[in-house]
Amino acid sequence: MAVPVIDVQDLRTYLVTRWGTVKAVDGVSFSVAEGETLGLVGESGSGKSMTCLSLIRLTPRPASRIVSGRIRLDGDELTSKSEAEMQKIRGRKIAMILQDPMSSLNPVYSVGMQVREPVSLYHGLRGKSLTARAAALLAAVRIPAPETRLRAFPFQMSGGMRQRVVGAMAIAAPPRLLIADEPTTSLDLTIQAQYLGLLEELQHQHRLAMIFITHNLGIVSKICDRVAVMYAGRIVEMGPVRQIFKTPAHPYTRALLDSIPRLGARRERLTAIDGQPPDLARLPGGCAFAPRCPKVMDRCRVEAPPAFPVAPGQTSACWLDAPA
Amino acid sequence: MSAPAATAPLLEAADLTKHFTVRRGALGWSTGIVRAVDSVSFRIAAGTTLGLVGESGCGKTTTSKLVLGLEQPTAGAIRFEGVEVGGLDRSGRRHYRKSVQAVFQDPYASLDPRMRVGSIIAEPLVINERAGADARRHRVLELLDLVSLPGRAGELFPHEFSGGQRQRIAIARALALSPRLVVLDEPVSALDVSIRAQILNLLRDLQRRLGVAYLFIAHDLAAVAHMSHTIAVMYLGQIVEWGDADAVALRPTHPYTQALFAAALPIDVDDAPEAPTLTGEVPSPLAPPGGCRFHPRCPHAMPRCATEPPAPREADGRLVACHLYE
Repeated sequence: MAVPVIDVQDLRTYLVTRWGTVKAVDGVSFSVAEGETLGLVGESGSGKSMTCLSLIRLTPRPASRIVSGRIRLDGDELTSKSEAEMQKIRGRKIAMILQDPMSSLNPVYSVGMQVREPVSLYHGLRGKSLTARAAALLAAVRIPAPETRLRAFPFQMSGGMRQRVVGAMAIAAPPRLLIADEPTTSLDLTIQAQYLGLLEELQHQHRLAMIFITHNLGIVSKICDRVAVMYAGRIVEMGPVRQIFKTPAHPYTRALLDSIPRLGARRERLTAIDGQPPDLARLPGGCAFAPRCPKVMDRCRVEAPPAFPVAPGQTSACWLDAPA
Repeated sequence: MSAPAATAPLLEAADLTKHFTVRRGALGWSTGIVRAVDSVSFRIAAGTTLGLVGESGCGKTTTSKLVLGLEQPTAGAIRFEGVEVGGLDRSGRRHYRKSVQAVFQDPYASLDPRMRVGSIIAEPLVINERAGADARRHRVLELLDLVSLPGRAGELFPHEFSGGQRQRIAIARALALSPRLVVLDEPVSALDVSIRAQILNLLRDLQRRLGVAYLFIAHDLAAVAHMSHTIAVMYLGQIVEWGDADAVALRPTHPYTQALFAAALPIDVDDAPEAPTLTGEVPSPLAPPGGCRFHPRCPHAMPRCATEPPAPREADGRLVACHLYE
């Protein structure tokens, strides 16, 4: 396997709050290769977004701190970089698309000004060539009449169109790694399908490594190669998408897949996961899923399980999968 | 009021229409009409669930507001227990409002943070039934038990509960007056994935025990298919397909329904239906296209689709508004 674009080892990002230290990211390791998409799934508060924000060092400050771990981008260690050096990595090497395009776009500047900004920054273009490149970017994200659209303001565009503009800005460099944090959650279903197709196309064209954060498992099976399931700041299971969805190993992954209504599988009752999502400031010792786990053992409440290999490329952090 | 025949629907909407006038500028001149809901007809049988699906702006929410009596229809009528709601007298309207309740999407917004849970659940009883304090307390405990919350929950405030528990409180409040129909407007969208199944199961159990009917609005098509007996698909203010839930979800006939359900990505890759991704966006309801409103995006559009609006017709055990099935 070639050198991964992004390689994260034992990342820990903690938040210091009035209620105690919250281990938002607690020992996360993964890597993504060129042209590969890793899906990051889990409930709100499971640490998906905090993991990704840690990569570009944009976690909330001063509350949060990357306590330990390595983050390597094309073999280059990011955790030891200065703030000025990180500035040159954000957007240029690692770009991000967020859920709500209106929070990424400035409502009082035209789309053209906002798309030209990264282009002039990364490529040093000015004047007509700058505008031409900006228009070409809008064309690349399938915005009709790009020259005219450069003069439009975000409020004059639909949600899907705005998210395309954000996509155009994200690939302005183009980056090595694209992080998409629930980019289609605010879009309608048929528009979501269009946008996912576009993302796949852009990724293919630029050989981007992509991290796709979502809680929609259907999207994962559509566009991701591998998936990492997060629970309470840890990756509980990781591996190839089809393999994990067909033969999940970790009890949480299994419960999650069972609890989701599916078209065509008419069931009287869904298999619900008991209990509530964990309170991160008051995590139980041992495995965080233990209080809700149907297969909990004594050991689970004392000792947190490491990731065990269960199949080629598939790991599960569960004592049930510990080699005998 | 005479008892309706056993086969009569609990609620029937007949050519229900709601137009909003758009006013702009200092003089407030009318600059257009939004046909939010345009001649929509459906029926909900007692104790069953009608799922209403469609993309934002298709008129789902306006339809639910019309059913709840929060908007008055421009034309058309709603009949409840066989009686037209528009022509009801005071006591009739009171009966209707008690019989039709709602649960909304965001349980963080729908519960007053300064009221105790017991008072929240008892509020409809105070307003509508003038029950004594003892009777109210008894009923609140009964309702809390119904939604599997402990009795002491009544003493607490909403902020002491998680999202899933709050939605249980909202459901208990909706059931306080023993309604015959509950409008569920995206009841699980704001909840964590692992909690959604708990609430969907609870809603199904309550339907079985109490015989309450649901108007279930959601954008999660698999959840709608799981919950509903019949499904109506809306596009730009009109119902394009309406029929048995399994038939609509698994064998959609209208090109829009086909595209919509194809866009609802299944978890098993092998189950993915082959249907083309729709091009273009939903047109503005201010200026819907002539003829069939879906024709500019339809992969099967014919010349007559641009001029002639298709009437809903019976096809394959359901109603479809499409020239392909005439």
